[in-house]
Amino acid sequence: MATTADHFQAHHDDHAHHDADHKPGFFARWFMSTNHKDIGTLYLIFAIFAGIVGGAISGVMRAELMEPGIQVLGGWVNMWGGEASFEANLHAWNVLITAHGLIMVFFMVMPAMIGGFGNWFVPLMIGAPDMAFPRMNNISFWLTVAGFTSLSISLFMPGDATGLGSGTGWTVYAPLSTSGSVGPATDFAIFALHLAGAASIMGAINFITTIFNMRAPGMTLHKMPLFVWSILVTAFLLLLALPVLAAAITMLITDRNFGTTFFEASGGGDPILYQHLFWFFGHPEVYIMILPGFGMVSQIVATFSRKPVFGYLGMAYAMVAIGVVGFIVWAHHMFTTGLSVNEKMYFTAATMVIAVPTGVKIFSWIATMWGGSIEFKSPMVWSIGFIFLFTVGGVTGVYLANGGVDDVVHDTYFVVAHFHYVLSMGAVFSLFAGFYYWFPKMSGRMHSELLAHLHFWGFFIGVNVIFFPQHFLGLNGMPRRYPDYALAFEHWNHVSTIGYMIMAGSMIFFFVNLIYAFTAGKKAAPNYWGEGATTLEWSLTSPPPYHQFETLPVIDDDHDYHNHLPPAAPATA
Amino acid sequence: MAGAKNHQYHILPPDIWPLIGSLSALTFTSGMVLFMHRDTLSGWPIVLGLGIAGLIATFFSWFSNIVKEAQAGDHTPVVQLHLRYGMILFIASEVMFFLGWFWAFFDFSLFPSELSEVVGGQFPPRAIEAVMDPFDLPLLNTLILLCSGTTVTWAHHCLIHGDRDGLKKGLWLTILLGMLFTSIQAYEYAHAPFNFGENTYGSAFYMATGFHGFHVLVGTIFLIVCLVRAYKGHFTPQQHFGFEAAAWYWHFVDVVWLFLFVVVYVWGGWGAPIH
Repeated sequence: MATTADHFQAHHDDHAHHDADHKPGFFARWFMSTNHKDIGTLYLIFAIFAGIVGGAISGVMRAELMEPGIQVLGGWVNMWGGEASFEANLHAWNVLITAHGLIMVFFMVMPAMIGGFGNWFVPLMIGAPDMAFPRMNNISFWLTVAGFTSLSISLFMPGDATGLGSGTGWTVYAPLSTSGSVGPATDFAIFALHLAGAASIMGAINFITTIFNMRAPGMTLHKMPLFVWSILVTAFLLLLALPVLAAAITMLITDRNFGTTFFEASGGGDPILYQHLFWFFGHPEVYIMILPGFGMVSQIVATFSRKPVFGYLGMAYAMVAIGVVGFIVWAHHMFTTGLSVNEKMYFTAATMVIAVPTGVKIFSWIATMWGGSIEFKSPMVWSIGFIFLFTVGGVTGVYLANGGVDDVVHDTYFVVAHFHYVLSMGAVFSLFAGFYYWFPKMSGRMHSELLAHLHFWGFFIGVNVIFFPQHFLGLNGMPRRYPDYALAFEHWNHVSTIGYMIMAGSMIFFFVNLIYAFTAGKKAAPNYWGEGATTLEWSLTSPPPYHQFETLPVIDDDHDYHNHLPPAAPATA
Repeated sequence: MAGAKNHQYHILPPDIWPLIGSLSALTFTSGMVLFMHRDTLSGWPIVLGLGIAGLIATFFSWFSNIVKEAQAGDHTPVVQLHLRYGMILFIASEVMFFLGWFWAFFDFSLFPSELSEVVGGQFPPRAIEAVMDPFDLPLLNTLILLCSGTTVTWAHHCLIHGDRDGLKKGLWLTILLGMLFTSIQAYEYAHAPFNFGENTYGSAFYMATGFHGFHVLVGTIFLIVCLVRAYKGHFTPQQHFGFEAAAWYWHFVDVVWLFLFVVVYVWGGWGAPIH
């Protein structure tokens, strides 16, 4: 008995060479695109580029921190045409950490997860021909590029009296970002956030509308693949959190340039107000960076365990719960700003609550693997790495959620280690997992599993060597955001930088793998992962036709796409 | 029908305006930085002017295209539903934007700085010699906006019942009331007993009411577009989402004003000398 997907497959093969595959010319296709797959590709290329820039910046930082004293920054300042001095070197450091944070958050993780994979696979997974607002989809991408350009311009503009660039940190805290850095660099950086934020708000509107209105007939919300759920929750967080950031950074602009006193204490303003507004956005933002990863890992673990994901509804509503609770925990980023004991108790307790839905997810992934027929293909090893390392970051997160503990380790390397475990090992591992999972679907070419595994092991060892020792550094009192440190911290900093080299070396496998796939990679079949992969994108060719689903697929009752049930099993028995 | 579109969604051809719009936005923000640093940087009139011109051209062409597509019948029921969702979500994001400004206002009013001499632990701050009488022009403006909410509903009912004349009259009245509101607001700013910035009251008051005023302007333009479309014979009793979106936006602007009136004008100035 042919399933809906099989039927649809046949239908598609039939006409894939006609109108559905007619592509516009080069400029129209890539600069005027209204095609969700092309825009997704643009996002992914952009994110890889931004990731190289942001990763190179962290290389400069790790090189500087390899030994105590200031060695590298002077050369860095001279290289950009400045004059090295103690103050100029320190300013350059601040510029580096600011650029690293902003690039990785706004121009690498978010564009890759939401813009890249979200654009590519939300319409495919819900059986839709495209996004709801294809033109707005395109301006979301180009505004992200505009934001990155504005941030790049800021690097070459005067920041403060000591040098070029904006050295405010990614949080842009006042008064450092107002009276503390008067040059135009910080204005360019703030406008970069405005542009990227506008892009994300429009993207969020697009995703919510698409997911609510364009699911194929029969695909109820409770049959939707978990990756689509994750993008839906993420889009709501973007929609409701980013406008508050927009208000906050507009206040920065007017304080800096038009004489308002929102954060200027002499006029009665309140610098802590900025932190409240920023983290009201900033905490949902960290879930924005991880939720799509949760979704991808759910798809991948189920695929390579050849089992339905354990506790589908629990998994979906755990993400909803994380999204909702994520809006009411923001001040745990501000425990040392003089919050009252009652406030600290509330924000400690509320933050701890998030461990519950997160635990539901971790245990459900493990339960999905339990008793499964597990294949350790590259997406699966990256996903298992994700689950392991994200849990480590989650455990230090429970430490840090305690207001009393945070008083001791706030703004130390313990915090740096914590958020890199959840981001550069959580979010980034899920990105690579998703990349290897879907790369052949997007490109039509198989990558090398060997190179992908080598990439994984190099990266896994590298990032752990970078960040695990930073827990020790933080507990011993090494503060964040300084280019120099006491001799006592030398050993683990040295180790950490060696870890960076291992990590950077492993990226060679990634790029070689890309070259290999495009030059010598085998052609990818429609469903190259086999029977464990049951969502709708596997019913299409690899790559899918330029316009897919011109006749909408129908999801019948006995075919649960989220459930990974082999369809019509009795026929082969 | 091999390869033919067999669904109700709107698949769009490639379009240049998203790229132009993004470049214009970057030009606009860069021009703003040049303007704000005009002491040390030059060229802001050209850059800012180009950015604004590009943005206006983008908005104009983009929305013209949407109107043309609507007239050409591309907006099937499901596409209209998309537009409804899109507008509601956009308004939701706007609500969160205003939340930020109200947050600042409540911070300043509930916890006035003890350390700052110009504030002196009181709200309105010590440096504010007088505030506006909320029951003078602000109350009049409240009534004007509420009235305009009624007239836009009148226009909507006329549209639904096929009364094109009533639609035009209702829209004309709404637009005129909106312009009257903006004029009174401008007069009020010009005669306010306190300046922009300088302290928390002058900052939060002008930025919150200023952003509201900007939204009134946008809403007025939206309604003017609807009026022009009404004269061109657009909109049917069954399909007129462009009008409905403008009306939703107008009601949103109205509600924000009610909060501003109650919180900023009445409660926020309570007990202070009145100008």
